[in-house]
Amino acid sequence: MRILWVFSLLLCMLPVRASEPLTIAAASDLRYALDEIIALYQNEHPKARIRVSYGSSGKISTQIRHGAPFDLFFSADIQFPEQLYAEGHVSTAPELYAIGRIVLWSPRLDLTEVTLSQLNALSFRRLAIAQPAHAPYGLRAKEALQALGLWDVLEPKLVYGENIAQTAQMAQSGAAEVAIIALSLARFPQLSRHGYQLIPSDLHQPLTQAYSVTRHGANNASAHRFATFMQSSEARSILEHYGFELPARRVK
Amino acid sequence: MIELTAHDWQAIQLTLKLCLYTTLILLLLGTPLAWWLAQGQSRGQCRVRTAIQALVALPLVLPPTVLGFYLLLLLGPQGAVGGTLERLGFQHLAFSFPGILIGSVIYSLPFTVQPLLESFRRMGPRPLEVAQTLGAGKLDQLFSVVLPLCRGGFIVAATLTFAHTLGEFGVILMLGGSIPGETQVLSVLIYDHTEAMNYSQAHQLSLGLLIAAFVVLFIVYGLNKRFDRGPLT
Repeated sequence: MRILWVFSLLLCMLPVRASEPLTIAAASDLRYALDEIIALYQNEHPKARIRVSYGSSGKISTQIRHGAPFDLFFSADIQFPEQLYAEGHVSTAPELYAIGRIVLWSPRLDLTEVTLSQLNALSFRRLAIAQPAHAPYGLRAKEALQALGLWDVLEPKLVYGENIAQTAQMAQSGAAEVAIIALSLARFPQLSRHGYQLIPSDLHQPLTQAYSVTRHGANNASAHRFATFMQSSEARSILEHYGFELPARRVK
Repeated sequence: MIELTAHDWQAIQLTLKLCLYTTLILLLLGTPLAWWLAQGQSRGQCRVRTAIQALVALPLVLPPTVLGFYLLLLLGPQGAVGGTLERLGFQHLAFSFPGILIGSVIYSLPFTVQPLLESFRRMGPRPLEVAQTLGAGKLDQLFSVVLPLCRGGFIVAATLTFAHTLGEFGVILMLGGSIPGETQVLSVLIYDHTEAMNYSQAHQLSLGLLIAAFVVLFIVYGLNKRFDRGPLT
């Protein structure tokens, strides 16, 4: 045991990097949009070293609480960075960047004529949603199903993805016939050849998306630079392309 | 046909580094431990030894999530180990390479200790007693008797440990997150590629791992056979 201790002490003295890269943690609904925004950013800042880790907003929050070395956190629900801000784990107040929407999506059933309320009439075995406990898109899907009185009926058919990208993958692979996923994922070229049905936003709480610079990234200049870039019109137009509704522009 | 991105190469490099470090550390830690456990066998069981042996085998039966969960609590900034490190001015170990290295060392421990224990037992006390009467010192006994006689055990222990670390997933996912270049090893990257629906990239890496794992196990079993026919049996 003592050997382990000494060894772990020795090891943590080792990693001293020359220039700190920017490590972003982002909600899975951003998977394709953010990749594009980063590529654009790297065109303008060729020396920037950026790495991204995608997951559910709840899971990332927990990781940040346990000291994950993320510099910038893009959450699908403002509630998570707000809580982290109150606890002192993030250093800037959450900044709004987009509003997300949920859609009913299936690679095998034709949903163009089917609204969420008619879902029960459809014949299918599995409906995939994200885990409501820690994935905002899952919670909103649950709220919409509850608002329509369908939750209790459909619950036996539900399968849960760890995050919204995995939920989309479950349906894409055919493991579930139908899924409630983020509009931003349904817009991804690979998935958008199958139609989707937009779920009315009055059926659930809004998916208010916000980012914060973490305590870990407080002194990382590129974290702040990238955060500012998210407010640029280039970044905003990519978000818009993926179906995000945009908040009013920040007043400078 | 094979098109690996810089991102993929980074994960391959990281995985090999993790496997190599884990194997080296475990050979250093596992050898004395297996030796001590082997002594217990010849001089009658004692409870402490049995308990330690059970502890060493725990990672074989526990879900990796249990280990990952406790290590996360222990090594994180609020944990006993991570918190102490922070107070001493170091960084805590959750979501870092040293963190997943500690996780791998614990997780692969039985894969080092079992083959070594087996080969120490097979050797028995006799060769060392002879060496001692011939006046060999302790170090001399280790290098001239134990290492050559148990060579097979060491090779099998090293390859199995290496291979098992290659296939590690749960502990690293929980303890490491999925940070490229730091904790995103091959198994985690394949998971990530699948989630992003990059099936072709997931295929390439999966097939690569499958072949690598087969080759390693083929070597292990080949060696096993060779040393089984060796002078010790």
